[in-house]
Amino acid sequence: MINASIKQLSAALAAKTISSVELTQLYLERIARLNPGLNAYITLNPEVSLAQARAADARIAAGQADTLTGIPLAQKDIFCAKGWLTTCGSKMLHNFVSPYDAHVIEQFNRAGAVNLGKTNMDEFAMGSSNETSHYGPVKNPWDTARVPGGSSGGTAAAVAARLCAAATGTDTGGSIRQPAALCGISGLKPTYGVVSRYGMIAFASSLDQAGPMARGAEDLALLLNTMAGFDERDSTSLQRDKEDYARDLAKPLDGLRIGLPKEFFAEGMGSDVAQTVGTAIAEYKKLGASVVEVSLPNSKLSVPVYYVLAPAEASSNLSRFDGVRYGYRAPEYGDLADMYEKSRAQGFGAEVKRRIMIGTYVLSHGYYDAYYLQAQKIRRLIAQDFTEAFRQCDVIMGPTAPSTAFELGEKGDDPVQMYLSDIYTIAVNLAGLPGMSIPCGFGAANMPVGLQIIGNYFDEARMLNAAHQYQLATDWHSRAPNGI
Amino acid sequence: MIPYWPYFNKVFAMSPTMFLANADVRKVASLARLAMSEAEIETARSQLSGIFALIEEMQAVDTQGIEPMSHAQDVAQRLREDVVTETNQRELFQAIAPQVEAGLYLVPQVIE
Repeated sequence: MINASIKQLSAALAAKTISSVELTQLYLERIARLNPGLNAYITLNPEVSLAQARAADARIAAGQADTLTGIPLAQKDIFCAKGWLTTCGSKMLHNFVSPYDAHVIEQFNRAGAVNLGKTNMDEFAMGSSNETSHYGPVKNPWDTARVPGGSSGGTAAAVAARLCAAATGTDTGGSIRQPAALCGISGLKPTYGVVSRYGMIAFASSLDQAGPMARGAEDLALLLNTMAGFDERDSTSLQRDKEDYARDLAKPLDGLRIGLPKEFFAEGMGSDVAQTVGTAIAEYKKLGASVVEVSLPNSKLSVPVYYVLAPAEASSNLSRFDGVRYGYRAPEYGDLADMYEKSRAQGFGAEVKRRIMIGTYVLSHGYYDAYYLQAQKIRRLIAQDFTEAFRQCDVIMGPTAPSTAFELGEKGDDPVQMYLSDIYTIAVNLAGLPGMSIPCGFGAANMPVGLQIIGNYFDEARMLNAAHQYQLATDWHSRAPNGI
Repeated sequence: MIPYWPYFNKVFAMSPTMFLANADVRKVASLARLAMSEAEIETARSQLSGIFALIEEMQAVDTQGIEPMSHAQDVAQRLREDVVTETNQRELFQAIAPQVEAGLYLVPQVIE
């Protein structure tokens, strides 16, 4: 049952082979047994989960089930869920029980899905290894001495260890795709504006986007069908007709044109990643796709541009944490300014403070034009490169991350080294394009490698089609870590 | 270490440039409302200098005539009627506040 797809689970629930309560109990039992070694979940609420499961069983019995009714999912702890502790991986929100639901949570509730719990993450989604979480690092289920990637590392580990049927993540610079790659699962960051950010704790508003993480592409499509849609409470939510992201899954890939950016295949990545990605591209050719070289000349600037724009927006977004209305307040302080400064100094971790400092500096008087404005201009050049590339191809493929999962503590002291883990994913966020990662084999030390698929705006259905057809021909996405 | 793009090797080959002085870091920490000890300021200065060395590469790019891109989708902001859409949930929201009294948030005295 733990290896079944959502479609299979949904059929089993409809046929009454299993109930949602039984399925939820199965996962809760696995979580109790395996989570202490992984730290993938940081908040559980078994009674609430089982109550949702009972309600789902009643709905199924009444013949009113949706595809996700009764399916046990995990939610990244960045999504506010009413009555649930919602920490965003930070001490700042260690006691924040959300008084409302995020749009994404509302959508899952409406569909009758079960919330198994909240997953661990880098603090305020700032990190690529899950080591910045106030609640301790997540361990990679393939090798617990290694990181799961970040910032959606708890979700990636939970999916890989079969501690949920599927789950949610968010991606500002690669936070869905990089952990998906490092944990051997599939993850999709939709086009900016497709999923409402209402109730999703903000990091960098012009880049943040929520998306599904699961073992296979078909599951991603079913989750995205529920997550996507217009929401007037998010000013960047796009008014578009509802679409079925699973509609093209069965299409053959004949004639699909794959663009390979020459910059991604220069000497950037580890040889094990290069070889594995190369084999995946060869498999796509066998499936009927053709390959063309494209160029993204400005993509080399995406890391510097991102480390101006994202911290600038973060420094503004995180100014709301002041110890007045909710969250952490320092136990001792003098005047109001002292209360702010001590609450923020004690409530935020080192990486979050570092980014707030970068952002405050680049937005400060006299530096705005040189940093923020210049970064926004280069952002346009990076986006234009993609527009140009998509004249010659339907999807772009390459590595998701330059290496497989590294060891815990390996990059701890050097922020710049850590930032380069997202070297292939950041440009996609800057352009606002959809991007995904699917497992395509194993590299050094038998750790999973991810293939990144980048689509044109609103081309999620085509990307999911490309991923699903590959997953029908290969079985990388159904491999499980030892002991799972 | 993984061999990254030659471009980044060039950045790392640069000598650690003194982009920031401790006084700059102290000023930024104050603007950001973050209390920092002298030791923390020194650590922050050294790490931020490394990050700014990376960021500095942007300055070599000619962006004359390029429109800044502030959002991924170039769409106009939606407008809505200027009417109240939220109901009053003061008690619910204040139940999670650090300190409240008589429906008000309490902070140290600001006005003498």
